[in-house]
Amino acid sequence: MSWMPHLIAAPILLPLLTAALMMMLGEKRRPLKARINLFSSLLGLGISILLLQWTQQTDVPGSIGVYLPGNWQVPFGIVLVVDRLSALMLVLTGIIGVCALLFAMARWDGAGSSFHALFQIQLMGLYGAFLTADLFNLFVFFEVLLAASYGLILHGSGRARVSSGLHYISINLLASSLFLIGAALIYGVTGTLNMADLALKIPLVPEADRGLLHAGAAILAVAFLAKAGMWPLNFWLVPAYSAASAPVAAMFAIMTKVGVYTLLRLWTLLFSGQAGASAYFGGDWLIYGGMATIVCAALAILAAQRLERMASLSILVSAGILLSAVGFAQPSLTAGALFYLVSSTLALSALFLLAELIERSRTAIEVPLDYEGEILPRPPKSLQPLKGTNLDDEQKTVVGQVIPWTMAFLGLSFIACALLIIGMPPLSGFIGKLSLLSALINPAGLGNAADQPISNAAWSLLALLILSGLASLIAFSRLGIQRFWTSEERPSPLLRRLECVPIFALLGLSILLTFKAEPLLRYTQAAADTLNDPQQYVMAVLGTRAVPSPEARAALLEVQP
Amino acid sequence: MEEVIAIAIGVLAASGVWLLLRPRTFQVVMGLCLLSYGVNLFIFSMGSLFIGKEPIIKDGVPQDLLHYTDPLPQALVLTAIVISFAMTALFLVVLLASRGLTGTDHVDGREPKE
Repeated sequence: MSWMPHLIAAPILLPLLTAALMMMLGEKRRPLKARINLFSSLLGLGISILLLQWTQQTDVPGSIGVYLPGNWQVPFGIVLVVDRLSALMLVLTGIIGVCALLFAMARWDGAGSSFHALFQIQLMGLYGAFLTADLFNLFVFFEVLLAASYGLILHGSGRARVSSGLHYISINLLASSLFLIGAALIYGVTGTLNMADLALKIPLVPEADRGLLHAGAAILAVAFLAKAGMWPLNFWLVPAYSAASAPVAAMFAIMTKVGVYTLLRLWTLLFSGQAGASAYFGGDWLIYGGMATIVCAALAILAAQRLERMASLSILVSAGILLSAVGFAQPSLTAGALFYLVSSTLALSALFLLAELIERSRTAIEVPLDYEGEILPRPPKSLQPLKGTNLDDEQKTVVGQVIPWTMAFLGLSFIACALLIIGMPPLSGFIGKLSLLSALINPAGLGNAADQPISNAAWSLLALLILSGLASLIAFSRLGIQRFWTSEERPSPLLRRLECVPIFALLGLSILLTFKAEPLLRYTQAAADTLNDPQQYVMAVLGTRAVPSPEARAALLEVQP
Repeated sequence: MEEVIAIAIGVLAASGVWLLLRPRTFQVVMGLCLLSYGVNLFIFSMGSLFIGKEPIIKDGVPQDLLHYTDPLPQALVLTAIVISFAMTALFLVVLLASRGLTGTDHVDGREPKE
């Protein structure tokens, strides 16, 4: 269809226009703004799904859609590109956006001003970062999504939020400076900022300039790794995410994935196997840095006492797994990593929403947000019988109360989330981890004998995958026992329907993924194959011609007869 | 000229990083400001430094990069200046909020224990 390429710009324009509309509506009329926001987010999700379907239909090799917003010839103007990987990320963003928004509409959106406008700008930044094919344009979209996230992380105010927000903002401002330095160095060496053009130019860089190019790429990578949450650049993440309000934190579950996405995109394009002397530059850093992240986050998760903190640390674990898996530059492993990315993002997002509901069910917050580190964990109360409980066999305490549905819902959702994050069967987290493990053991694909022995790095990642799952298992079961199996009397929380729907939807999608794992795995495999062969991307982008102006077209028609 | 620019960028970046590591929020803001100035100059110098070349198109001068300075870094710097300016303003607001809520200007929101 001819209008289809124009749809590539829609995920960016739609939230921009919606946010502008919200600004005009002013401070009041929140219900109206919430409805417009929901409508726009749903529309954005619909467009993303259309684009996803389109990438599977087009006849272009690699299914890559290219759009020139300014109608400039390719290396000179900004380009938007949708391929399988970006389409997948767009749909994931859309789903998480709608779910976080539904949750926020229950009560959180009233906790501060301009929530809905900021939310739309955040969506715009995310969609833009996934679509753009220009390094500097990527910087601009990063700043858009960061600017919105600065506002959102402070949403609801309070001491813990402001103080962790301060750290979050300063770290990200510093990372933006590094981004600029890296981009400028790369421009200075190659003379272009278009990603496809960079992929062509990098093998041709003279040997004298190669050090400069690598320095630029490494500085750029530090900026992305800080965003993706690689140790030791991730100390800002846990306090910021655990202090953020629940819908915002759920939305932020995809923010570290933006870092992973840009790394995957740029690294496979710029330093692919065809990049000559620069081929696979820095791959070991990704592999071992990711492993260090897994180790640190898994150890920290064992010590975590609050559910929000555990969720933030689980984000770090999954970021570490993704970074390390990407660093191997092996299509089957990348495919497994993408599947794991989808499954873990959905689960983590649900866990952030759930965490707030579960913590609300405690009568008072036992540990203040700020000073968690200094307070020793309390001994589990459940081990001691409550006063007045008669434990004599003959005179059993009357336990006649039916489990309230809210507690049943929270408990079951918690179990589902935990299973997904730990990677235990039967849910999709298991399938994700299994495909990673199987790709690590069979580098050449299942059934094909490997020519070379499995590397030490692969063995270590394999061990870390299993051990980090064990650490999460211990931590989640301990927390579940503390929160759900206590015998103390407490009122069951009041839940609104809008708060349950998004959790139900996110977990439902994860369960659906369990049954429909094959199509998604095929899709991620195709996406990984496209990434592994950057020539397709380069040809599709550089082969796109600007649309001639009406005068030029008329002139052409006159010449032809 | 290269030396002067290089020293300027170096001094700006070094003072920026030093201030960024200080414990008071205002020092951090100043550090981020200086760092962004250094970065802006750096982007500018990446387009190669020339004296006496036309910055914008002028009649009678052949239109190629031999006769003009590279316009792209200038456009990039403009964008970077706007963004870093806006972000610094936002950071100042958060700084004030943090000062109001915690009663101290320490970056951690509390004074270190003696």
